[in-house]
Order: sequence, then structure tokens, then C-alpha cells
Amino acid sequence: MTESAGLIAAIRLVVRRELTLAWRRWDEVAQPLIFYLVVTTLFPLATTPELAVLRIVGGGVVWVAALLSSLLALESVFRSDVEDGTMEQWVLSGQPLAWLLFAKVVAHWLLTGLPLVLVSPAVATALGLPTSVWPALVTSLALGTATLSVLGGIGAALTVGVRRGSVLLSLLVLPLAMPLLIFGARAVEQSLAGQPAAGPLQLLAAMFFLAWSLGPLAMSAAMRISTEG
Amino acid sequence: MTAAGAVLEARAINAWRGDRHVLKDLSFTLASGECCKVVGPNGIGKTTLLRVLCGLLAPESGAALWRGRAVGRVGAEYFAELAYLGHANALKSDLTARENLKYLVGVRRPLAGTEIDGALERVRLVDCTDLPVRVMSAGQRRRLSLARLWLWPAALWILDEPTTNLDSAGLALVESMIRDHLHRGGLAVVAAHQRLLDDDERVRRLELA
Amino acid sequence: MWTWIHKLGSPPHAFRILDRLAPWFGWAALALILAGAYWGLVRAPADYQQGEGFRILYVHAPAAWMSLFVYVVMATAAAVGLIWRIKLAHAAAAACAPVGASFTFLALATGSIWGKPMWGTWWVWDARLTSELILLFLYLGYMALRSSFDDRERADRASAVLAIVGVINVPIIHYSVEWWTTLHQPASVTRLAKPAIALPMLVPLFIMLAGYQLYFGWLLCRRLQGEILRRERNAGWLEEVG
Repeated sequence: MTESAGLIAAIRLVVRRELTLAWRRWDEVAQPLIFYLVVTTLFPLATTPELAVLRIVGGGVVWVAALLSSLLALESVFRSDVEDGTMEQWVLSGQPLAWLLFAKVVAHWLLTGLPLVLVSPAVATALGLPTSVWPALVTSLALGTATLSVLGGIGAALTVGVRRGSVLLSLLVLPLAMPLLIFGARAVEQSLAGQPAAGPLQLLAAMFFLAWSLGPLAMSAAMRISTEG
Repeated sequence: MTAAGAVLEARAINAWRGDRHVLKDLSFTLASGECCKVVGPNGIGKTTLLRVLCGLLAPESGAALWRGRAVGRVGAEYFAELAYLGHANALKSDLTARENLKYLVGVRRPLAGTEIDGALERVRLVDCTDLPVRVMSAGQRRRLSLARLWLWPAALWILDEPTTNLDSAGLALVESMIRDHLHRGGLAVVAAHQRLLDDDERVRRLELA
Repeated sequence: MWTWIHKLGSPPHAFRILDRLAPWFGWAALALILAGAYWGLVRAPADYQQGEGFRILYVHAPAAWMSLFVYVVMATAAAVGLIWRIKLAHAAAAACAPVGASFTFLALATGSIWGKPMWGTWWVWDARLTSELILLFLYLGYMALRSSFDDRERADRASAVLAIVGVINVPIIHYSVEWWTTLHQPASVTRLAKPAIALPMLVPLFIMLAGYQLYFGWLLCRRLQGEILRRERNAGWLEEVG
């Protein structure tokens, strides 16, 4: 009997595949990042160019823009695999589907969430936030976008194949992401006020662990439902 | 575990697609070395039946059994002996032929480069080894997805319209593949509405109506 | 005992049982709601701080409570349907959603009406109102997901996963919104502060809550009957029911 691949090897293979595919279509990968910058620009245009005023809501603006950009990117995380039949092969592969989806979401975050996080100091500066908030900003966004990737992954698995699924996905995921927003923006705010941001960051970390431990199971259940027909 | 002695059984399977009762109390038994060719007009439920046999879709009542155990319960052990070819090719258009096989079958078992070369040779796609699937024709893509069957020695083949987009040479290739598989003791369930293995006595027809 | 439960899962049987139960729920609900409304809105003493306006608490607080309760019932039914593959449980979850959403909307509307004389505006970002608003979004999302599938079975199971994910999130959302409102202490603390609850006020509150529960029971029976009819459209036993 042929030997099956180890789970770690399978996960590594999936991540490599995603990175290879992204490399060949890097323009698609860049789009959420550009969207992030565009959305951020909307706020000063709609309110005021004064940095002193923008600074007050700066943390919130960075966070809302990051949420929306991440959701936009997550909408299609599983679509092509389900449409071309790869996903049903994964269901039949003998590997635990939850782990394969976990690998996909990890790769997806590396390609979309991580760039957002790395660019956010620049965005923060553009909104008048001082460099002192960078550690809290970057940490909160890293935890938040990673958690959102899981929540969005569950939503994407549920809505893959639904027509006009992108709006539905946002409708489903944004209410669930509101706690992330509350604590993430608060972390930046506290840092701005010179206070330690440990409290909100710890809560974000707790949500991160909860999401990543239970999320792949929910994704797997949702994906099996979506690959039936 | 060899394929000898393996039995695929469908027991009173009932399935609905939306409000339509597509599979009505369907039963059959398939033993080692036998092939079941599922025929019927479009939309009759051939794909539904194949997906139920795979375990992708749970029937309303009844069950598919492999080696006496319900497909839904066995999971990974069943999948290790199953190769499913659906309507979709499961190919990524930005990856080359070689890469597609490596990433798709590699999730199931570690592959050596020579094995991939061998499989590509059998389906006569050696020229396309390093070409992205995007530039391949529909027939070439179908043959590439068939190459999977060489890389994963499975006892049970479930093939949904394997000859789609293939020319007569491709059709002959599929027939010889299935014959070899049956000869080695394998089992096959094939949905087709073209001429395929019509004159082979190991092939039983299952007409869905 | 098990045969009785098993029979309950069969649609024609369930339909008959629901048909017999519903009027009991309905009339009891009507009686209790009328009693509670009269007691609370007319007879109970006016609040010493908030005057007559607070009476809307008798409509608002039970509605808010029900909105959460119905979500939990919905998620539980969905989980039962998903794990044990019981169609009736899925039907129950589907029946719960609009009812829960209505209770949520009622809580929001009455909360807003309650707040207007106190705060001068129709809306504030009070912890409970904001939580109710997010809960409304969760209900609407659930209903939107359900309606986006043509295949009813897939709609059932996908929305069941969503409901379970949602119910885990509800306490998280509630806590974080609570925390969020305590962070910023504005000059006027805008909270739907419950007046000091004295016994004469508690009794009508519980009567209203019991009335709402029975109303939910009645609605659930009727809606579940409707769901069964819809799902069993082609079955023979419908002709006997007439």
C-alpha cells in the first residue's frame, strides 16, 4: 500500500503552492494593499487635512481601512479552488481538511494581511500619528488581521458559490469582527495617550488563539457543505 | 491491501437535488475486476450518484458501502483506496503540468520527479511538462487530469465523464487505462454518455431513468 | 419515551402536536401580555427618578432578553439539526430567526423611545443598544445567508454553521461593547439605567417576560407548521390534514 504524505509535508506543500501562484499573479496580490491606501485617503478628504484633528481618529481609521481591505481580499480565498475542483480533491485526499484550509489561510495572511501590517506605520504617519504608537499599531493589526483571516475564511467557505457573495461575506463577518476593531483601535489610542496598551493587546491575543483553534474546524464543516453539489 | 476481495455496494440509495428525487432506491454490487458504466441523459443524476459513492454527498437514506463499511464512516481509509475524477479537472491554470501533478497528488503522498515524468508520458503530454495549463487545449487538460490516476494507485476509480473533450485517440487511451485497471483487480464506476467500453463483458450498464 | 421523541421528529406527527399546542400558547400569551401591560403601564407606581417614561421598560427589557434567548434557541436547534441530521430542528431554527430579529428590533425601538426624553436624541451609543444593534446584524446576516441558497438542505446546514459561530461570538461582542462604553466617560453618562427595582415593579416585568415567552412559543408552533408544510409539499399525508 502506498505511503501517505505526512501532514506537515502536506501543509508545507499547500503554502508553497499558494506562494507560487501568488508570485505569478502578483498584481492580484497587490490590489488589497492599494485599496487600503485609497480608503485611508478618503478620510482626510472627507474631513480635514489638519493632522492634529486626524490624529484623534487616526487609530480607528487605520483599523477600519485594514478591516475592509482584508475582507475584500478574503472574498476570493477559496473561490478558484472550489470552482476548478481542487477543493473536492482535498476533501478526498485523506488529509484532515481543517489543516489544509489552515495552511491556505496562513498563506493568504502572509500575502495580504502581512503587507497591510507592514505598510500601516506609513499610513499612521500620514494620519498624524506619532512613531510612538507604531509598536501597539503593528502588534494589534498583526493579531487582528490574522484573526480576521480565520473569521473571513469561515464566511468565505460558507458563501463560496453564492452569487454576489462578496457583500454577503462582509455582512456576515463584520459584526463578528467588531470586537477586534474595538480592542485594536483602543490599543492605538492608549498608546497615543502614553499609556501601556497591554490590556487590549492581551484581549486581541486571546481572540486570536480562540479563532485559530476553533476556526479551521468551522471552515472545514462549511467547506464540506459547499463542496457537496 | 490489494483490490482483490474488495466490494463496492450501493444499498437503497435515495437522493434529492433540491426538490427532485434523482436517485430512487438505487442498489447494486460491484466486485473486484468489474466496471459499472452509468448511463442516462443529462441531469438524470449520474454525477449525484458518483458523488454519493465518493462520500462527498450524503444520501437522504441508504448508503454506499466499501468493503462492508459505510463510506461516510470510514473516511481516510476509504479515500486512500479511491481515485475520483470529477467534471472539473482540478488544475490551476497558472501552474505547469508538472507542478499541477506535484501539488495535487503531493498532498496525498510524496512524489518523485521521475514518477511525474512517467505519468506525463503515459498520457502523451511530455511536450507540455513545463507549459502552464493556461495554454493547453481542453483535451490536453483532461488528459493531464487523467495522469493523476497513475500516480495514486487506487483500488476504486470513480470517473465522471472521463472522455469529455477527448478525441478518438484519447478515448482509446481511457479505455485501455480502465481495462488495465480492471485486469489488475481494480473496480471502476464510470459515468459516460459516449461510447465507452461498450463491448467489454466485464462492464455492466446501470441505466438511470 | 424514545419512541415518543422519535415520533416527534416525523413531520406529520409533529404537525399534529404543534396544531394542538399552539392555541394554548396563544391564549395564555395574550392573557399574560395584557395583564402585564395593564399592571406595568397603568397600575405600577411611577419611578421616583424617571417619572412615567420609564414604563416602557416593561416592553423593552423582556424584548431585549427574548432577543438573546431566541438566538440561543436558534443556534441550539441548528446545532441539533447539523449534528444529528434532524430536518425538523433545521426548520425550527429557520422559524426562530425572524421572530428573534423582531424582538431585537422591538428592543431597539423601545430603547430609543425610552431614551429620547432622557437624552434628547433618538439614539446614543449605549452599551445595551449597541449590543442589540450588532445582534440585529447577526440575525439579518443569518437570514441573508439562508435566502442566498437555492438548495434548502444546503441553506439549512450552512446557516447552522453560521449560527453556531455567531452564538460563540455573542458573549464576546457583548463584553467588548460593554468595555468600550466604559472607556469614554462623557459629561452626561448615557446609560439606560434601570431604576432601582422594587417588588411592585418586578412582578409585572416577570409577567411580561412570561407572556413574551409564550408568545414566542405560539409563533414558533405556527411558523414551524408553516415550515413543515413548505418542506413536505409533495408528501401524501398533507391531504389528510386538509
